Amino acid sequence: MKPKFGIIVFPGSNCDHDAYYAAKKILGYDAEFIWHKEKDLKGSDVIILPGGFSYGDYLRTGAIARFSPVMDAVYKFALGGGTVIGICNGFQILLEIGLLPGVMMKNQSLKFVCKDVYLRIENSGNVFTKSIKKETLKFPVAHGEGNYFADEETLKSLDKHGQILFRYSSADGKVDSEFNPNGSLHNIAGIMNRNKNVMGLMPHPERCCDPILGNTDGSLIFKSVAENIFN
Amino acid sequence: MFKATVIIKRRPKILDPEGKAVEQGAKLLGFNNVKGTRIGKYVEFLVETDDRESAEKEVKEYSEKLLSNPIIEDFEFSLEKIK
Repeated sequence: MKPKFGIIVFPGSNCDHDAYYAAKKILGYDAEFIWHKEKDLKGSDVIILPGGFSYGDYLRTGAIARFSPVMDAVYKFALGGGTVIGICNGFQILLEIGLLPGVMMKNQSLKFVCKDVYLRIENSGNVFTKSIKKETLKFPVAHGEGNYFADEETLKSLDKHGQILFRYSSADGKVDSEFNPNGSLHNIAGIMNRNKNVMGLMPHPERCCDPILGNTDGSLIFKSVAENIFN
Repeated sequence: MFKATVIIKRRPKILDPEGKAVEQGAKLLGFNNVKGTRIGKYVEFLVETDDRESAEKEVKEYSEKLLSNPIIEDFEFSLEKIK
């Protein structure tokens, strides 16, 4: 069965077309844009909150987008077990709305970071990485605020419940501060909610799906989701 | 009507890379006595009510729900009657 990806478009989203292109043109799944003023999710099986600068990143990243009308439907969809992927700015929105714990701060370097990074997969008991055979993935990052922060108690709880999905690492999976592009605590690049149906990550899988770009690691996430959400 | 002023500060224990970078600039300019620079936000707006209590309640809720993120920030506000 072909999944349908619903891609939410906020004013200021700029990776929405990349996500649509990856899901529909490269991988051949159904995909549809959903304007942030809509109130229903058009029968989507997977919701993507794409990267960008929703509402100009004013106040705090993701702080205003979380109040967009469509987010009520996304929130209910997520609580009901629906699969939600927040990429970069989408991750920041998931944090602000409270579907994922923690907060994003400015990169420690105060610089916008735009480069390829390696991620070590920390958990395979979820739809996002279950079908992936590799131990590390190469994804591009492009953000100014990816410095993940949560208090000690939250970090312990994330660890205990297997909610940490990706950590910045070397190509062979060594996790160390030298591979951390933004200062995020414990090299965290991506996390899930406790039910493991909501994922947020700073790197961009949708930007590395097309073989012509020389890296298709991102497509592994889309394929894993497609293979596992109906099981 | 009231004029509300909200100041949002990063909690003391939370690292403030922006404040650090600005302080480096201060040192370069020769302000050698400057220490502990922290960057926050200042927001002002009007509240259309004559009842101070309900104005306070509204400003507090607005600050909690949108203007600040309680995980890393604290806020304080003041109200000034203007009409």
